[in-house]
Amino acid sequence: MIAELLDGLKGLKSFPRGIHPPHRKGYAEAEPIRLFSPKQDLLIPFVQHIGAPCEPIVKAKQDVAYGEKIADASAPVAAPIHAPLAGKVGAGTMAVLPSGRRVPAIPLTPAAEGEPVPAHFLEQYLDRNWGGVEPSGFDPDEICQKIRECGVVGMGGATFPTHIKLKRNPAKPIDTVIMNGCECEPYLTSDHRLMLESPEAIVVGLQLAARACGAQRAIVAIEANKPDAIEVMRQVVRDRPGVEVAVCATKYPMGGERQLIPAVLGRTVPSAPKGLPLDVSVVVVNCATTHSIARAVVRGQPLTHRVVTVTGLGVSRPGNWLVPFGTRFSELIEHCGGVSEAALKVVAGGPMMGPTVPNLDVTVVKGTSGITVMTEAETARWQETPCIRCGLCVDNCPLHLSPTKIAHAVKFRDYGLAGAYDMNACCECGCCSYVCPAHIPLAQYIRAGKDQVRLKAAAKK
Amino acid sequence: MSEAPTVTQENANAEQPQGPRSFLVSSAPHLASGTSTRCIMFQVVLGLVPLWLAALYFYRLDALILPLVTVAACLIAEAVANAMRGRDQRSLTDGSAIVTGLILAFSLPPDLNPYMAFIGGVVSIALAKAIFGGLGQNLFNPAMVGRAFLMICFPAAMGIWTEPVTLARIGDTAVDGVTMATPLGAAMDPSVLIPSLWDLFCGRVGGSLGETSALAVLIGGLFLVFRRVADWRPVLGMLATAFVYAAIAHRINPEFEGPMFHLFAGSMMFGAFFIATDYVGAPITPVGRILFGIGVGGLVMTIRLFGAYPEGVMFAILIMNALTPLIERWTVPTPFGGHVAAAG
Repeated sequence: MIAELLDGLKGLKSFPRGIHPPHRKGYAEAEPIRLFSPKQDLLIPFVQHIGAPCEPIVKAKQDVAYGEKIADASAPVAAPIHAPLAGKVGAGTMAVLPSGRRVPAIPLTPAAEGEPVPAHFLEQYLDRNWGGVEPSGFDPDEICQKIRECGVVGMGGATFPTHIKLKRNPAKPIDTVIMNGCECEPYLTSDHRLMLESPEAIVVGLQLAARACGAQRAIVAIEANKPDAIEVMRQVVRDRPGVEVAVCATKYPMGGERQLIPAVLGRTVPSAPKGLPLDVSVVVVNCATTHSIARAVVRGQPLTHRVVTVTGLGVSRPGNWLVPFGTRFSELIEHCGGVSEAALKVVAGGPMMGPTVPNLDVTVVKGTSGITVMTEAETARWQETPCIRCGLCVDNCPLHLSPTKIAHAVKFRDYGLAGAYDMNACCECGCCSYVCPAHIPLAQYIRAGKDQVRLKAAAKK
Repeated sequence: MSEAPTVTQENANAEQPQGPRSFLVSSAPHLASGTSTRCIMFQVVLGLVPLWLAALYFYRLDALILPLVTVAACLIAEAVANAMRGRDQRSLTDGSAIVTGLILAFSLPPDLNPYMAFIGGVVSIALAKAIFGGLGQNLFNPAMVGRAFLMICFPAAMGIWTEPVTLARIGDTAVDGVTMATPLGAAMDPSVLIPSLWDLFCGRVGGSLGETSALAVLIGGLFLVFRRVADWRPVLGMLATAFVYAAIAHRINPEFEGPMFHLFAGSMMFGAFFIATDYVGAPITPVGRILFGIGVGGLVMTIRLFGAYPEGVMFAILIMNALTPLIERWTVPTPFGGHVAAAG
């Protein structure tokens, strides 16, 4: 409460409740983005977005050029996949996603002769020369079409196809687009680096997104713990009318849509699963996504790489790498000096919401913002003890739920009761588990409960 | 022959780094705030220290013996209950039994026979906590159940209030035996003088071991509120309700004491900061906690003004403990974006 008051006095945008975990961004914060060129085969999964899986449109042993479309789907909610490197496609196999799901995939052997990616790829990716681009010159439908063709999906982790999100809907008009540069997850710095090194593309992408969905207002939202990014963005925005910078309090989960929209605009998004930001005329687009939108729409460059933060005490040389999709965690981490003996967990993403992977035979996909290798000193194995009803989970839940009530209902398989406590409104941010003095994995119980309800509903159909 | 397995073992270890290394799989989040049940209980004990110091000042040896006896009784009962339930003895170190013992001791008359206090401690843990399933499962505040048991079993001993040492003349040999009416007892009996508000606030009055000094309670209680160990909601709800209730009653009938008297007298402050804020027996919802405090405050004042007992914090807490499940059901919080069913 006192922290909120101080944030308010400083003019920072904030939302009620939430937590202040340690940032631990120092490991990789100062590391510039570098290009990672894998030597081993890539393994490219056909499911890199939420929606219908893609079907391959290349044959085994076929040579592909960089950026060539290799898989696509006819379903509306899907995004095509492009060859991240020039090379030879192998026979269809299976790959493990960071979420643990096994999906169809194809191997891609990087070309032996010549460069597998276009010359000066990194410079091209981080190009800061976007001065002449005028977003109002683009047709909204054309923007969505190009976004789809280039395979752009939400890169904050949800991987929802962006062209669907930005499509104009006369029933629910959009007035504001927010670029989410909060990066509230501890450890991760990929968005931060991108904002520092290629801010113009991010702002152009944001303007294009606003143009596509018909929004008049475009807001760049950044947490106060990135003053250098705020400064850079303010300078870029100066000659871009209609775009403003909003400085948000450093607080978790500021980057959640349901927290960011109330903080920046004071609008309350109706509860999940039915309520969406578009119900309050807002679209939130992740920082890396807007960057990809600009590259796709203005230059026709497909989404083949992304910035991945490799960080944590368990890795020797943390850094921010521009990585082609399909790269195995093992090769990337080996390139960063390998995993230390003390490493306990490897998290795909940040430590608050990222899933752990059992081994490093997992591939980087469109939603992989980072790999956090945590040692025993940074995380721990907690022993669950009885709930003492202290109410910390209730007092810190950013969605004002009663996590312990839901978790205990799930524990006793009373999904009806869990539903009465609005289980499905939960965004799984993990604040409840974080604060729980009894170390009850509340978020895990709630996640399990939601899964059970989903499975039961599916079985009914 | 015996060496062969050892060699294999070493080989297996040597080969491990080359094979695919596996990592711990667990569900997010992978960070925690670092607090624990033990940490919270320890802070409550810390918050109780000013009360203990005040008690030592006012009641000397009694203030040393009673808490030790009740804490020992609680720990022994907890250990026996764990053994009977086939549980490990980890719960002895979580601090909850110590807190129960201290709260019980501070709510007892200073001169109470230690064996009675021991019984109270055993009943608190055995009948009020272990029987319901241990930590977090009890419906009623264990210390208050223990105290209620003692009041039923030893009504005479539970009504003897020793005079604080500082009131007696220095060098008076009869210090230990002097008894006096508590301020709340005085308020019910027109023949006894009412102490001044300042004496009430400091604690130079008769009463239970740890609750007479509103000042000490405020120091320890505010520490807990600022540490966010104790929730401000039941505290404010209880004290504000009692204040308003007493003010209205005093206005209607000036024979009733004023609101400040009632805030500082008896265990109002102690109850508000240390008993009404007990997590387990109170609702978990924010609105529910305010209602809980209001209920306790209202009941305390009703019992004080219209009941046969001079003090009512114990009964008020137990009654509101019983109402807690109902309050929780009434006060299910509305999610930030409205209830899920309503959102459709």
